[in-house]
Amino acid sequence: MTDTALFTYCMRLADDSAILSQRLGEWCGHASHLEEDIALTNIALDLIGHARELYTYAGQIEGKGRDEDALCFHRVEREFNNLLLVEQPNDDFAYAIMRQFLFSAFMHPFWEAMMNSKDEQLAGLAAKAEKEAAYHLRHSAEWVIRLGDGTEESHNRISDALEFLWMYTGEMFECDEVVSSLVAKEVAVDPMSIKHLWDETVNTVLARANLERPTESWMQTGGRKGEHSEHLGHILSPMQYLQRSFPQAQW
Amino acid sequence: MYTQALNNPAVEAGVEDEEKLAAFQARIDREEKIEPNDWMPAAYRKTLVRQISQHAHSEVVGMLPEGNWVTRAPSLKRKAILLAKIQDEGGHGLYLYSAAETLGVSREELVDQLLTGKAKYSSIFNYPTLNWADVGAVGWLVDGAAIMNQIPLCRCSFGPYSRAMIRICKEESFHQRQGYDLLVAMMKGTAEQQEMVQDAVNRLWWPALMMFGPSDKDSKHSAASMKWKIKRFTNDELRQKFVDATVPQAKVLGISLPDIDLKLNEETGHWEHGEPDWDEFYNTIQGNGICNKQRMKDRIKAHEDGAWVREAAQAYAAKQAAKKSAA
Repeated sequence: MTDTALFTYCMRLADDSAILSQRLGEWCGHASHLEEDIALTNIALDLIGHARELYTYAGQIEGKGRDEDALCFHRVEREFNNLLLVEQPNDDFAYAIMRQFLFSAFMHPFWEAMMNSKDEQLAGLAAKAEKEAAYHLRHSAEWVIRLGDGTEESHNRISDALEFLWMYTGEMFECDEVVSSLVAKEVAVDPMSIKHLWDETVNTVLARANLERPTESWMQTGGRKGEHSEHLGHILSPMQYLQRSFPQAQW
Repeated sequence: MYTQALNNPAVEAGVEDEEKLAAFQARIDREEKIEPNDWMPAAYRKTLVRQISQHAHSEVVGMLPEGNWVTRAPSLKRKAILLAKIQDEGGHGLYLYSAAETLGVSREELVDQLLTGKAKYSSIFNYPTLNWADVGAVGWLVDGAAIMNQIPLCRCSFGPYSRAMIRICKEESFHQRQGYDLLVAMMKGTAEQQEMVQDAVNRLWWPALMMFGPSDKDSKHSAASMKWKIKRFTNDELRQKFVDATVPQAKVLGISLPDIDLKLNEETGHWEHGEPDWDEFYNTIQGNGICNKQRMKDRIKAHEDGAWVREAAQAYAAKQAAKKSAA
């Protein structure tokens, strides 16, 4: 049971990183200015790094010979277990930045806590990922503040993004059987144990950005069970096209 | 990447102080670096602004054909390599714009020249990337050709450009090896993968040769750049170096190059090659390449879509500065 749970747990984290990096990669060459193009690519690169380690580790736990690419490129929508938040589209830069901020505000304390995991692989990855997530959080938070306290247009755009994306934040704190069984073994992070840190970061940054925290409302769910928004299929189609078209090929 | 030696301007017949000119030339001849605050002839400054900014624009526009494959890269490792490479190109753009700014022109002006079509960028980026092997072929051939152009620029007489090029060349040679590695992996693969490689090379070989600019007999404006040690080899000399270096690599790779005139001259040791289609070259330079309009449309869209972001950043910075001075 533990192995299955650990496999699922790693796959969820890997899928979060893989799907968000795919979304960030869409900006490559199209950002508002060169510095930001490089910054978004940088975050995408860090996330690909996390995804690779996590898929590889999941493949070893599973023991069926599936490597990082088999796991990333040869599963269908229903088998992906990423958060709904990370698959939301780049409607504009405000959406991309708010999505990153809400996610990184969770992932930074998450990796910090994961450094104490009894699982050596996860603890080792966390030591590296924590530093990167700190940068992702700082970068996205600075932009949330700049956009919130910039012009009327930027304020409205980042405000819309917050309003829209808020309903996907509840999923980060879900704790099902997979998570709780691993929390009991001190392998996984109990998401509720870092909720106060997420709240604190979000509240501080939104206040500095002159943004109002949305009232607690209905939270969407489903990603961890493979029930996604319509966007995921459109992310996977280009991402998996070469692997699917030429399944015998090595690249 | 990608100085194409396209439109090095003729030295304009401005009136310069003869003594200063002679002292300037003497410094160049002694291989001293010219720094931004040093006296320099107006035409030297103008040539450099044009060349460095064209180079910067090429880096930035060059992000687009490679970016075309980011979401479709066939493995996580290849995706990471590609993203890192494009990120490097963006970085090259940044420090080249900075080098140009030391000559008294702003990045905004230079970007405006690109977006309004007044400035040129390397013609190679007006060709499409049509299959995954193009990503490898761009690394191998396009970066390879760029390196041939750029290594002499590391010794360019203008200090900031020379120093930028030293750094850029290191990264470009890494890109070239990664591109070649991608192609080697595909050549070891299925028949379909091998066909992709051959197809990519067939399409990109001639445009890569064109990156060195027109043949010497048609290139009228090199003399001043040579005298000022901005340029150290002619277009044809650099093209020949590239062909000589690349033909053996093609053999190792196991692909053919699309030039029936290609043969080794045993006496000179050089690979003789056919003439690129110069009509196609000039046509592409004039804006009629298959992707010219699309590339500009994409750059303009990114710039316009990003306007509110840049405005917000400026507004925020102004508010912060006002708060600080009020405190």
